[in-house]
Amino acid sequence: MSGNIELLNTTLAAAKAADRAALIAYLPAGFPTVDGGIEAVKAVVAGGADIVEVGLPHSDPVLDGPVIQTADDIALRGGVRIADVMRTVREAYEATGVPILVMTYWNPIDRYGVERFTAELAEAGGAGCILPDLPVQESALWREHAEKHGLATVFVVAPSSQDARLATITAAGSGFVYAASLMGVTGTRASVGAQAQNLVERTRATTDTPVCVGLGVSDAAQAAEVAGFADGVIVGSAFVKAMLDAPDEAAGLAAVRSLAGELAEGVRKR
Amino acid sequence: MSSDFFVPDPEGLIPSAEGYFGAYGGKFIPEALVAAVDEVAVEYDKAKADPAFAAELNELMVNYTGRPSALTEVPRFAEHAGGARIFLKREDLNHTGSHKINNVLGQALLTKRMGKTRVIAETGAGQHGVATATACALFGLDCTIYMGEIDTRRQALNVARMRMLGAEVVAVKSGSRTLKDAINEAFRDWVANVDRTHYLFGTVAGPHPFPAMVRDFHRVIGVEARRQLLERTGRLPDAAVACVGGGSNAIGLFHAFIPDSDVRLVGCEPAGHGVETGEHAATLTAGEPGILHGSRSYVLQDDEGQITEPYSISAGLDYPGIGPEHSYLKDVGRGEYRAVTDEAAMGALRLLSRTEGIIPAIESAHALAGALDLGEELGPDGLILVNLSGRGDKDMDTAARYFGLYDTDAAVEADAGSDRAEIEGDAK
Repeated sequence: MSGNIELLNTTLAAAKAADRAALIAYLPAGFPTVDGGIEAVKAVVAGGADIVEVGLPHSDPVLDGPVIQTADDIALRGGVRIADVMRTVREAYEATGVPILVMTYWNPIDRYGVERFTAELAEAGGAGCILPDLPVQESALWREHAEKHGLATVFVVAPSSQDARLATITAAGSGFVYAASLMGVTGTRASVGAQAQNLVERTRATTDTPVCVGLGVSDAAQAAEVAGFADGVIVGSAFVKAMLDAPDEAAGLAAVRSLAGELAEGVRKR
Repeated sequence: MSSDFFVPDPEGLIPSAEGYFGAYGGKFIPEALVAAVDEVAVEYDKAKADPAFAAELNELMVNYTGRPSALTEVPRFAEHAGGARIFLKREDLNHTGSHKINNVLGQALLTKRMGKTRVIAETGAGQHGVATATACALFGLDCTIYMGEIDTRRQALNVARMRMLGAEVVAVKSGSRTLKDAINEAFRDWVANVDRTHYLFGTVAGPHPFPAMVRDFHRVIGVEARRQLLERTGRLPDAAVACVGGGSNAIGLFHAFIPDSDVRLVGCEPAGHGVETGEHAATLTAGEPGILHGSRSYVLQDDEGQITEPYSISAGLDYPGIGPEHSYLKDVGRGEYRAVTDEAAMGALRLLSRTEGIIPAIESAHALAGALDLGEELGPDGLILVNLSGRGDKDMDTAARYFGLYDTDAAVEADAGSDRAEIEGDAK
């Protein structure tokens, strides 16, 4: 069974045709529980998310700030396994029909086995992966298997990426390009830096693949600002924080659905 | 004499251009750090080719660090090792009290060449942190040291030393709150502040070029010891022995002996309460290849790639990874790695203290315990070289508790954690 890379491509194309940015939500699997995490994905899609990234929690999340570290800790202490991540992808996709990607660090996939992981993710209905600590020059094996199973390989680019390197990265990637709005780890920020727009422009000069912006976006105003120059707006920590701050799971689900609704309006105000 | 302290690998065969030692190494880093890590590689290549860099580093090694470090024979200690002769390479006598200063001075000079004004570093036992804080004071660089919260307690003396030297010490409260988590936090800082900040990595792990560069700065240990031992005994050792956490002092000792195929290279990993108990940090004995902190190497991990929490009484060895060149040496059979328990290491610490008047760091005591076993295996004709990588002042609180050296009132006072007592202790 082939993965859903085409669904990802058509979803991004549809947003572009509607002259708006896509809203991409990130939620870790197993947080606050495996079933609770699946409900959270359904809630953000009900609120208006076009695409969802499901996090595969890692013991050493060096690119994540305190909010996602806390959620990963809760998920890992709850005993989340890769099988639970696959179930999250499957049930979320079957319930919502939107493209579901997995975002994680390289060691869990390396250890699990690239062929086994890509085959299972495709079979679960996944659309691709974002692997922020797997740089393009180490990615040949991953890309071979991802391509074979119809999965997108979304690379991250950063404000520090030189133009020549941007071209190398975008030539190897598929689905969309994840442009980090700033130099730093995940987390909400008061403002999204001006360097994000510059990075999107430099990236677009190398590719026709959609360029989506993440890191630091947390509210509708920021989403609208980013939607003004990017093909998609990626929001993670703000959703996780809404879940963490809620008194119980039901309130958390209502909060993320409501936040997704506000952000979905934001991405339509470009 | 003073021109040969900086002795980068003359072979130039490993690692490969991509930073691989066989199957190990590489550069598994976020895109945001690619430009900075590449800059380190380019600047280091330039520095290696620049006689002025070697001259400046050599001058510091002689007049600041105090190189060459002594080679001390320890016959009373060796009586407990089957009668083999044992020599200690005295890296504990370097300024700041360990081998760490060798690498730190090299990278601090590199920091200046790159025009960066701020240095960050991780530390476990605090020896790398103290050396880094020292170099930052010397060169006028801003300095932030990340240290696991557990380690800030068990190595409180070194926390006080770093602060005395003007460094900011951040106690890391995530994960296992030890060295691994300090490195995670340092990487997070580096990603956010890379423009003006150099990450002065303290061991032979991390992304390329760190494993090769840090090794080059420590190669002096083995180069000196090899020459000193030949002068003193007329022959090469049967075994060169060092403790292994990330592996920097071990690779520094081993590297000059790699072409000497009759010299066994023996790394002593921390077995903690025993490898069979699961409470250990014996990465090469019990780990599997994986990716941690930017390179592929042996890693302590579960079946789904989650890093498992290590344990050792020694903060400096309490790490679930290992430098990639050690993984390579293990796989090709050139390096031997054995596990030494807390108990054996502490026994060796006390034995060296009482037979030779040298109090070693708990890290180095793992190598001493390994030498005691090797001596029994080699017999009276054996000749063993041990890297005494650091001195034990920082470990006196742990050792005093372990051996019950405090009287009751003093134990109560120590529990209260008086910083003043630690600073006074340091000033003596």
